[in-house]
Amino acid sequence: MSAHHMKIAIAALAFGAAGSAHAQDGKVLTVYTYESFNTEWGPGPLVKDAFEAQCGCTVKFVGAEDGVALLNRLKLEGRTSPADIVLGLDNNLIHEAKETGLFAASGVSTENLAIPGGFDDDIFVPFDYGYFDIVYDSESIETPPTTLDDLVNGPSDEKIVIEDPRTSTPGLGMLLWMKAVYGDEAAAKWETLSKRILTVAPGWSEAYGLFTSGEAPMVLSYTTSPAYHQIAEETDRYKAADIEDGLYVQIEVAGMTEMAEDPALAKSFLEFVLTPGFQDAIPTHNWMMPVAQTSDPLPAAFQNAVMPDKTLQFAPDVVAENRQAWIDEWLNAMSAR
Amino acid sequence: MYLTGAEFRRSLSAGLVALLAVLGFIAVAVASLAGFGRLADAAAVLNEPYVWRILRFTLYQACLSTLISVALAIPVALAMARRPQFPGRIWIVRLMAVPLGLPVLIGALGIIGIWGRQGLFNDMLDLAALGRPLQIYGLQGILIAHVYFNLPLAARLILAGLERVPQEYFKTAAMLAMPQRSVFRLIEWPVIAPLIAGVAGLIFMLCATSFTLVLILGGGPAATTIEVAIYQALRFDFNPARAVALSGLQIVLTALVLAALAFLPRAGDPGTSASSEAGRRPDADHRLSRGFDFALIALFTLWLILPLAVIVVKGAGADLIGLLVEPVFLRATATSLAIALSAALAALAVALSFIAAIGAIRTLRAPEPFYRGSAGAMSAMGSLVLLVPPIVLGTGWFLLLRPFGLTDTAAPAIVAAINALMALPFVLRVLQPAFAVHRSRTARLAASLGLSGLARLRIVDWPGLRRPVLTALAFAMALSLGDLGAVALFGGDQLTTLPWLLYSRLGSYRTDDANGLALILGALCLVLMIAGTRAPRNAGRGQT
Repeated sequence: MSAHHMKIAIAALAFGAAGSAHAQDGKVLTVYTYESFNTEWGPGPLVKDAFEAQCGCTVKFVGAEDGVALLNRLKLEGRTSPADIVLGLDNNLIHEAKETGLFAASGVSTENLAIPGGFDDDIFVPFDYGYFDIVYDSESIETPPTTLDDLVNGPSDEKIVIEDPRTSTPGLGMLLWMKAVYGDEAAAKWETLSKRILTVAPGWSEAYGLFTSGEAPMVLSYTTSPAYHQIAEETDRYKAADIEDGLYVQIEVAGMTEMAEDPALAKSFLEFVLTPGFQDAIPTHNWMMPVAQTSDPLPAAFQNAVMPDKTLQFAPDVVAENRQAWIDEWLNAMSAR
Repeated sequence: MYLTGAEFRRSLSAGLVALLAVLGFIAVAVASLAGFGRLADAAAVLNEPYVWRILRFTLYQACLSTLISVALAIPVALAMARRPQFPGRIWIVRLMAVPLGLPVLIGALGIIGIWGRQGLFNDMLDLAALGRPLQIYGLQGILIAHVYFNLPLAARLILAGLERVPQEYFKTAAMLAMPQRSVFRLIEWPVIAPLIAGVAGLIFMLCATSFTLVLILGGGPAATTIEVAIYQALRFDFNPARAVALSGLQIVLTALVLAALAFLPRAGDPGTSASSEAGRRPDADHRLSRGFDFALIALFTLWLILPLAVIVVKGAGADLIGLLVEPVFLRATATSLAIALSAALAALAVALSFIAAIGAIRTLRAPEPFYRGSAGAMSAMGSLVLLVPPIVLGTGWFLLLRPFGLTDTAAPAIVAAINALMALPFVLRVLQPAFAVHRSRTARLAASLGLSGLARLRIVDWPGLRRPVLTALAFAMALSLGDLGAVALFGGDQLTTLPWLLYSRLGSYRTDDANGLALILGALCLVLMIAGTRAPRNAGRGQT
């Protein structure tokens, strides 16, 4: 999930209270999303206003903790789920989501979107993307890593905080990144890297808190994290490393359920996702990259954000098949120190 | 036996109803989860070397943490008890409970601010040209954090025990010019000894189920607890059967350790004096012992306060006024307080019912096996509930309520119930000894005066027990205020609590807001503790 969806890594399936309070008249579109999407800082309120202005309906958000919790909630509810739209799953979860058989074809073309590495799916519509990356404090680190090997073999007193792949999606992102670059060598590289790892935090919030309080000069976060500090705090202190091996991409998607009360309305929402009414809210509210045209050019902080030469990504079914084995491999390598 | 037949029956049935409610709440959740999964997944748990490895580490770090916390808490509590009148003492006592009410991450960041790589301690050594030698990430980090949270808790519970010792004991000791060694052996140790098993058991469970602290400060997956595996099973793998099996394993093995603790010394004469006001301690008037005590208390206070000071300093940088007037903050505060109060009252009701029933059964000369079993079950329940992970309870209840569309309406009640269960062991440990002493002091008198029922409650029990009851209530509320685990299951737009809001600000990069909220949460806990430790108006304890 994008940086700010990673809250409460210690928590579990966050079950936002499900909505039953349907409006007295007019249609209601129930959108399941991760909780931070719909905070006052998130894109939710803007998206709601923009869509309601054109649909003659009421948008009702129901929040779960993050993408994983969102999918688990749907699995729990099955066909009785009141969700019309599920917004906030990502490329690593698509396979599992489809296996539930709860999603309907979107009918929205996803071919000509500005997504590195391309994205085409008949069920899910992407709404933003971002890259996992090493974010560093330029006041403590003079020569940031430019390859993963730099990171793995760098000085052991310049520490990094990473997230645990057993409890968080950025942790899983780092695991997949290392696997995509190193393949069979990943375990050995983890073993070497472990000397540089200060600690493994349960989730993004904990890791980023350690980083900003100065405990470690590096953290696994997103290429867009520095944009937040530039725009909201007007500081260039925190930067994302430009890694030549390429970066692992996260693509966030939305889909409509088989149970949607008004399929036409749900479909029109999925079409709306790719219009400026939705995309405008992404950069400075979700701190991710938009996948389609926005009304105004992106802020400079986003235009200057690190963009890798190479986008790394496993097919969703490969992730689903290997996740447990790769986590076990990571556990062994990290415990060997 | 000082109970009328009706009183006995009433006490017993209250206890049994409370026991059924607690057992039922847990059993329903576990059953609904277990029904969702495959048995094979559960059985497989026992064959995994990984599970046994983290189980071993879980128990190892919990044993060490408990040992250190309790061993250090005893001298601290003794020193505090010997000095009932030094300035600011009550504030130290109040602060002891504040770490409990903070979300664990906040406490951890406070500890790191002092003991971390870039913390105050290393800063000072660095200034003295000694480098930054303290490395807290690893087992030592886990221990520092666990001792930080649990030493004050243990000291507070032991101190409460020592304060119930009648004044005359110490006066007599002073008249006999008894050396401190003998005072300890003859008066203090007999009071502390029976408390140790309970206090150690509570801390052991808190450390065994510790999750965020262990992950943050443990350094990596070499330091992992079984609780992480439970979260992984439910959160990432969505394998309820595995989660239930892992929880079962955690409960069984931890219960074995707790059973071993039960062999520690018990019983002890709680004294029969009616007066329990802590006055001057004439036995401790030597200058040397005074100096030692003050030094020890000062060290302990630094240990306790420094990480809290980090939270205050960071929080002061936030726009506190702005935060306080935000509607979402006010809503979250109201929700938090409502849930905390309901949870605390529920925990209190269950604890009081247990205490009444156990007390009633103890009056029987030769209780039937059913009574003995009930009393045992109530004591055990009061200990073991902490071992059932909130995620298991929450997910189980969610599964059960979902088909009826009740998750919305029931969410606050379930969060409050989970918080009540988590507070139960604390409440019991505050109330049980206080009630035992009170009963032994007043039962004969009340019976001889023919006081019973409401009259006894009003004239004898309430004045004597008001303080421990309020303390227990404040403890339970503080605990529930800082809880994130239970609310994260159901939280969201309709159920925003303060810790939830804090985490959501952290997750949106709004660190300043989160720091401000942490400060406000800490202040709220302190206010609760002030309310919970107010000296009775007419008792003149020389504390302000």
